[in-house]
Amino acid sequence: MIWAAVLLGSLGCWVEKLLGYLLPASTLRSPWATRIAAFMPVALLAALVAVQTFATGQSLVVDARVAGLAVAIVALLLRAPFLVVVVVAAVSAALLRAAGWAT
Amino acid sequence: MPHELVGNESRRISGKALGIGIATGAYGLSFGAISVASGLSALQTQALSLLMFTGASQFALVGVLGAGGGLVAAVLTAWLLGARNGLYALSLAPTLRGSWFQRIGLAHWTIDETTAMALAHPEPLAAQRYAFWRTGLAIYVLWNLGTLIGALSAAVLPEPRTLGLDAAIPAAFIALLWPRLVSRTTWAVAASSAALAIALTPILRPGLPVLACAFVAVAAAALVKGRTS
Repeated sequence: MIWAAVLLGSLGCWVEKLLGYLLPASTLRSPWATRIAAFMPVALLAALVAVQTFATGQSLVVDARVAGLAVAIVALLLRAPFLVVVVVAAVSAALLRAAGWAT
Repeated sequence: MPHELVGNESRRISGKALGIGIATGAYGLSFGAISVASGLSALQTQALSLLMFTGASQFALVGVLGAGGGLVAAVLTAWLLGARNGLYALSLAPTLRGSWFQRIGLAHWTIDETTAMALAHPEPLAAQRYAFWRTGLAIYVLWNLGTLIGALSAAVLPEPRTLGLDAAIPAAFIALLWPRLVSRTTWAVAASSAALAIALTPILRPGLPVLACAFVAVAAAALVKGRTS
């Protein structure tokens, strides 16, 4: 199942890129398509942030991930690079769990 | 390819491309580690970086699979996130056109960073092409190398939760989201989407709440159109 997701997902993402080179320039270059393309990553990434922070299966929980997210936002406000943002979030969640202050 | 460029210009572009490649490689490290922590094998993780080669879609695919969202939701979310690459390709097509063989190769490297670099060097045409393929090459090599190191180290690490790797996933998504929050409208899209995803979590199978938020993007595009026209 994972291999099917990896290969199907990759094939589709490649076809999307290729289509842009093959279709005539007028096909999708409407303000409508441009706006959807600009909003789509924002909507999906924001949903992924929310779900990956608060969801465990179908239940909503508040655990060390919330603290990790807060630390990540502080790091972003301080203009930290990507890897630093990810690492400080993981480390703060790990420390809170090791100290027994969060699950 | 760069024969129409003077040495200075091509060196400057190569330097920038390498810088972007190194930054992306570092981010590849976290992708490799997060993907293995989400339950993919190191080989599956590497296949994603080699074949899918578009970061947000890769993170989304492993995030949805890791959360138990299943094949369809994982693949559709990755596709929806990858759709923007098609629009990048449309805007690059006039400058980067070539043989079928070239197009197929170029297509694979059409992502946020290569498009930004190419569009940042509009003149002369040779500089734009050079910026595109040097950035593509640097990122492709270093992103895959980063993925490999991240995946192999995560495979020998203890329980992901002890290391806080589950908290690294939302951090990666917020870092991808952050530079896109450029206006009040994008903030509104992000906030309503996050709220909708939370509201749908107890009702829908894992993976579907995120997918449902694609409608927030469509609705926002319709609303903005109504306001400006």
